[in-house]
Amino acid sequence: MREKYILEYSSAVVDDPVIYTLVKRFDIKVNILRAEISSGQEGSMLVDLEADPERLAECREYLASLSVSLSPISRSLSVREEDCVHCGSCTGVCFSGCLSMKAPDWELSVDRDKCIACGLCAKACPFGLISLKFGE
Amino acid sequence: MAKSYEEINARIAKGEAVVLTAEEVSRMAEGASPAEIAREVDVVTTATFGAMCSSGCFINFGHTSPPLRMESITLNGVPVFGGVAAVDAYIGATEVSAEDPAYGGAHLIEALVRGEELLLKARGKGTDCYPRREFETWIRKDLVNEITMVNPRNAYQNYAAATNSTDRALHTYMGSLLPRKGNVNYSTSGELSPLLNDPYLRAIGVGTRVFLAGAQGFVSWRGTQYNTTKPRNARGIPESNAATLMLTGDVKEMSADYLRAAYFEKYGVTLYLGIGIPIPVLDEDMAASLSVSNRDIPVLVCDYGLDGHPAIARSSYEELRSGTVTVEGKAIRTAPLSSLRKAREIAALLKRQVASGAFPIAAPVQALPERSSVSGLVAREKSR
Repeated sequence: MREKYILEYSSAVVDDPVIYTLVKRFDIKVNILRAEISSGQEGSMLVDLEADPERLAECREYLASLSVSLSPISRSLSVREEDCVHCGSCTGVCFSGCLSMKAPDWELSVDRDKCIACGLCAKACPFGLISLKFGE
Repeated sequence: MAKSYEEINARIAKGEAVVLTAEEVSRMAEGASPAEIAREVDVVTTATFGAMCSSGCFINFGHTSPPLRMESITLNGVPVFGGVAAVDAYIGATEVSAEDPAYGGAHLIEALVRGEELLLKARGKGTDCYPRREFETWIRKDLVNEITMVNPRNAYQNYAAATNSTDRALHTYMGSLLPRKGNVNYSTSGELSPLLNDPYLRAIGVGTRVFLAGAQGFVSWRGTQYNTTKPRNARGIPESNAATLMLTGDVKEMSADYLRAAYFEKYGVTLYLGIGIPIPVLDEDMAASLSVSNRDIPVLVCDYGLDGHPAIARSSYEELRSGTVTVEGKAIRTAPLSSLRKAREIAALLKRQVASGAFPIAAPVQALPERSSVSGLVAREKSR
């Protein structure tokens, strides 16, 4: 099982080697795609996790014990599709393939699992319809 | 064979008129000659839905008692131009609020269309005939007199695509342009776009009825920066931004389905507008113009990272819509800024309106200029 998640750290655990523990103790294959520590010392990390479901459940418990939130990337990206006019401005900055538009319909297609939390789309949408929960 | 406006209108009145969208005619042209199209099709609908900064509306608030000569006016904190009589004002689409640079005139216009209420604050110096000095109230479209859209420049005939060769992202009215030519953005509806289907403006002139954000408006004049000097290809299509239209319509009849306020990051506020124009198939030449397809429409790719935005490549709408365009040997991803889906919706709606007789077709009252060029502005001394 492989999926992208956003980890949100409180300032209390931002110095802990959490990823090291995920690899060593739970045998989870981790690919860090993006990491940030905010001015308030909270941390956000976009990771790609590959593990069997049991291991992942244990990992969840461990992270919960540290108060590190683990949420799928698909829940961090919000696109108000009902108000979208399908102009395509967001697709010009989306290199992950999450936001795309093509012939014949030229309608915005959103594949949340492909999001890499770069956040460029949130600024590119002229109607302010896109937001991304990552870091500050 | 030639058809007159009267003949076309008679066919519409009898319910016999054949009305197609410009995309449908472009597909038909793959298997039919201009003569056949001229014989079989009466009217072709064109449309676009994109950012049109040079837009705005006049609003008449009505007089207070005692009256006020409104000289300094804001709506929801956005300055509106009060230098026209006592209670007339002009809401410019790109004007912004002092508190929030992402909120401006376009948002006011959209709010008015939606029937929302806006806070009006007005001040004047107080005169003998206008003794009041200030007034504050909430207005709504049904509580004011006229709200008349008058857009100095809309519906550009072609527009160059944009890229950026610098090492930093540029935030422009052509959207976010990523560093080192990371993307190419373009804006027009190509073969569906109004002025690309009538390159010499034979059927579009002063008095032409247009679909303007859901209302029936009119071409009131040539648009600003109207330019007939751009090089044209063999089909007569200018290779970059050329003719423009000044459009007028009643904001109270408009729909937010076809008018949306927008904010381009670090550029400013603008207005997305839906415009549609039906074009009568008067003869074979007109049918040939209306048959234009995306591969026949030239477009320049300009570098917004360099002064004057010079063109660095030539392309076509067919290539732009393929998803990548080749610039200096490198394939670059493309993205539209105007909504083709909305443009198609407008063209289809207009097709039904024209066919039913709800959207009358008429010859322009006066043609737009055959020759007009655009000058830049230079610093100079006063003439002696």
